[in-house]
Order: sequence, then structure tokens, then C-alpha cells
Amino acid sequence: MMELNEISKGLWELSQTGDMKVPARIYADKNIIETLKSEISKASPWSALKQLENVATLPGIQKAAIAMSDIHPGYGFPIGGVAAFDLEEGVISVAGVGFDCNCGVRTLRIPLPSREVEKKKKELADILFSKVPAGLGKKGKLSLDNREIDEMLITGARFAIEQGYGIESDIEFCEENGSISGADPEKVSKHAKDRQNKQVGTLGSGNHYLEIQKITSILNDKAAAAYGLTQDECLISIHCGSRALGHQIGTDYLKVLEAATKKYDIKIPEKELACAPINSDEGRDYLSAINCGINAAFANRQVISHLAREACAKVLDIAPEDMTLLYDVGHNTAKIEKHAGAELLVLRKGATRAFGPGRSEIPKAYRATGQPALIGGTMGTSSYILCGTKKGMKESFGSACHGAGRAMSRQEAKRRFKSEDILSLLEKKGIIIKGHSLDGIAEEAPGAYKDVDEVVSVMEEAGIAGKVAKLSPIVCVKG
Amino acid sequence: MFKHLEHPADIGILAEASTLEEAFVEGAKGMFSVMCDLSTVKAEHRIEVTCEAGSIETLFVEWLNALLLQADLHSMFFSRFKVQITKRADDSFKLAGFAWGEEIDAPRHKIGTEVKAATYSGLKYKEERGIHSLQCLLDI
Repeated sequence: MMELNEISKGLWELSQTGDMKVPARIYADKNIIETLKSEISKASPWSALKQLENVATLPGIQKAAIAMSDIHPGYGFPIGGVAAFDLEEGVISVAGVGFDCNCGVRTLRIPLPSREVEKKKKELADILFSKVPAGLGKKGKLSLDNREIDEMLITGARFAIEQGYGIESDIEFCEENGSISGADPEKVSKHAKDRQNKQVGTLGSGNHYLEIQKITSILNDKAAAAYGLTQDECLISIHCGSRALGHQIGTDYLKVLEAATKKYDIKIPEKELACAPINSDEGRDYLSAINCGINAAFANRQVISHLAREACAKVLDIAPEDMTLLYDVGHNTAKIEKHAGAELLVLRKGATRAFGPGRSEIPKAYRATGQPALIGGTMGTSSYILCGTKKGMKESFGSACHGAGRAMSRQEAKRRFKSEDILSLLEKKGIIIKGHSLDGIAEEAPGAYKDVDEVVSVMEEAGIAGKVAKLSPIVCVKG
Repeated sequence: MFKHLEHPADIGILAEASTLEEAFVEGAKGMFSVMCDLSTVKAEHRIEVTCEAGSIETLFVEWLNALLLQADLHSMFFSRFKVQITKRADDSFKLAGFAWGEEIDAPRHKIGTEVKAATYSGLKYKEERGIHSLQCLLDI
């Protein structure tokens, strides 16, 4: 049995053994650790701990293979995983980014008391469901030719704003100002672009959602004031990513990296960790393609936020621009960042960037507070807004959890929960759910996830992110 | 036959058949049955799919990802498949196949969850007692 020791409050370590180049560290409480151990003791084919141990063997990894408190098995890397690599010695892997580059969350403020919003929640649910394309196979309202796609891949959210989807000030409140540099559309295949031309401004399916949320508690007055959050007011939150373009980038580069693993003779414990040196043609090409995917996701969330603003403005009788952007941040990313004076490639796979106070990457209005980290809960429980901390910068490369984290398989969720029961139960709690797939609703049942309160509390107790506000859903649109 | 394997976040597929080609067909059915009710998808239009890879395992992932690409480009679900696999002189494999299906009609096809990609995770191929068996994890 692997030995895990709590080395500081909420931080557990698996010592460096065998081929591991660094230790593995997990932010967790005893309950989360027991779940990880049970995956091993029950000989489950999927073990998040084993995956984290494998990540620790990759060349050039710095300090530790880290997992957040929402850790659960992914492919290659666990979900909730963070790993930073030296730019000369390190590698880049599809498994460390995922097939949905820059999947993330964007949150806008609705400057109205919740009672005003709740009075119209049915109308809001109906209009958002009809205006925001969601679900498998749903096409977007924008149809882009390949020249326009290339422009979008370079300029991200700015492209969408220039097309009339949003307001100029949105840019200031996006990670990377909504367009990361180093995106070369030539490194993205024609297939990827062709798949995207009908998918810009679509939510997708699975765990993606659009929610109207109520701020149920403010947990840090000063930070909430800096973030412009008022108890009992409302928010719009959008969770989605780079859609088919991102999926195709992952698929295309999986092949490239598989060949690169052999070419550069990189020893990997599992095939799914196929990787290329960051400092190689293959690594550079993939990183450039990821940057395109990151921008596609920013553009996607920008278009969706515009559609949501228009819909909400109509029902709530306020101006679309009154719904200002709190923040937009990704949780499936590969980014070159400076940590303790060194430039590193930081992979976050289901982990949110949560930079601490003072970092120049944070919008000026939030710089003294730390970056907002937007944590999505489930359709029946809470979401959170956290803030990054100085300790997080030192310990977790400025990263926090991204959600509750799944606790059971989709099949198990369908066996345990009936979509009709979930809908009526949540309706009794005052939450309206609109979904395109009944199976999808059962798979995403709140009970299929870990307790988000527990997951977020671990982050706060460990000191790598602080709680600012707790949110509960009023309306949830699922794909 | 195909079977869905349980995974905390995603879904695995296991495909078994008496020939390698049929196992590939079963794998494709297993993947599309995550996205829709296969019995409701009419095999009206035929799309050609080709791919190649250095091993049977990676060919399986290539095949599934090639189908996802075609399904997306044509906004279709597929319900019937045919494949032919040939081994080349350099020991790599080539697949030439067809997929039949129709344009996505969300309510009629009882849509499920989108598959983002087939991955190398849990990827296995074996032939035992005349049964070809393939498995991999689908990213949801």
C-alpha cells in the first residue's frame, strides 16, 4: 500500500520512490484520502493516486506532481492535477491538458436582488434554453469561414467582441485578457477548423452548463467588495470550453506525441502519457495549437455570455451592459508562467489558475485581493468564488480546485438516480433545470459528485485559496 | 458485443467479436451508443472512413476518432459500420471502412452525452480462444 503522510494541514504527500522524479502531493482531508486509497485496495482499474504517481515520473517535472481536493481519475493525469515543467528538460502531454483546451468558467453579475430574479426564473429558464445552443450536435448562431476561424484562434474573446458579441470592458476581466499570445493557426488542422465553424457559441454537453445563481453567503467581506459581489444578488455562470476544435487538437496531437515519445526515447509508465519535449518541434507545435484552443474557448464563452446577457436583459428589463463580467478563467490549460523567478510550463488538468495578490496578470481592480477562482458545483448544490493566495503561489503554482469532482461513474449515477426525480426534487428546492438529454441529467445528478463544501474547505484550510462567496443555482441549462 | 466500462468521470468501452474487423464495428457501436439510442438511427447515408496506425490498439483509437470527426463534420450519428483491416509490409495497419447513419435529430435519437475523443487510457487488445477484444476510455 502506498504511504501517504499529511505534511501540513490539508496537504498529503506520497514520497518519491522508484522512477518518480518528485513526490506527489494531494490537497485533501481524511475522507478524500480514504477514497483514493480504496481505489487501490479494491484494485480499481482507474486510480487517481497511481495516475499522480505516474505524472511524477515525467522528465523535467518541478517540485511535485500536485492534485487538488477535487481529485478523481482522468486519463493519464488525474482530474484536479497540476504539474509544472522546466522549459528545457520538461515535456508536454495531451493527458495533462485534456481534449477540451481551456474549458473554464465565466461569471457575470446581475445587479438585482434575488427576489426580482426568482420571480422570473421560469421565463429566464425558457429563454436561456432557447437562445443558447446546447447539447450534442447543436449548431451555433455564428458561421465562420476559415479566414475568420484563424482570426478567432489568434484574438480569442476580442474577435467575438469585434463581431458584436460583448463589450470592450469584458477583455479586462478575462484571464490573458481573453487572447493568449503564441497561437499559430497553421498548427491547427483543417479538420479542427472545419469542425468549429458551426460550433462557436455552443455550450456542449456532459458537465457543461449555464446557470443563474444567487449569492447565498459572503465569506470574505473585503474580497467580495473588491469583486463587486453583494449578498443576495445574482450571477450568470457559464461552464464550457473550446468545443470540437479543442477535441480535434487533442486527437491530432495524440498521434504526434505518440511518435515523439518514441523519437526522443522518453520513458513513460503508461501509453496515455505520450509526450514530447517542450523544446522540440512537436512540443512547440502542440503548445501553439493549445494556445489556439485556449483562444477558441475564450471566444466561445464570450459569444455565449452575449447571448445570455441579451436573454436576461429582455426578461429582467435591465441593459445587457449592466451585467458586468466578474471574471473568466480556464481549468484545462498549458501555460508558460513565472514562478519563483523561473519560467515554467504549468499544466492544469481540471484545476483553476488562482494567482495570489500582487501578480501583474490579475486585473488591477482585483490585484490587491488575489485572482477570483470560479469553482463550479453541481446543478443542485453550491458553487463558490475563491481568491488566490500568496501561499498558493508558493505551493501549488497558483492553482486551486475546479469543481466538486465526480464521486461515481455515469452508469452508477443512472442506476441510482432517475432524471424525472432529480428534476422534481430540485424544483422543490426552487431550482429549474433545462436539459437536452434526460440521461445527461441523471449522469450529472448532484449525488454523483463529491461534497463541494468539503472540497472547497480543504483549499481554504490548506491556505492555497480563500472562500469569498457561496452561490446556489436558481436556473440551470444543461447540454 | 460491446460493453460500457465504468469510470468515475468518463466511459470505457469493451468490444468483443470473433473477427478483428467485427470487434472494431462493435467498438464503434459502443461509442455511438453513449451519444444516442442506436436503434433509432437509420442507416441512410454512407460515409467513407480511412485511417492508419502502427499497432492494432492505436488503430482502434484512430478509427473511433475518425468516426467522431466525420459525425461532427456531417452532423450525423452512425449506427452501421463495415471495416477492412490490412497489415502493411512495414508492420503498420491500414483501415478502410464505411459508416452508415443519418443527420442528428435530437428528440428522435434520444441524445445522450457527447464523446470528446477516444483516448489511449485503458487501451488494450487481445485475441484469446478466437475472440478479439478491444478496449479504451472515451473522454466525455
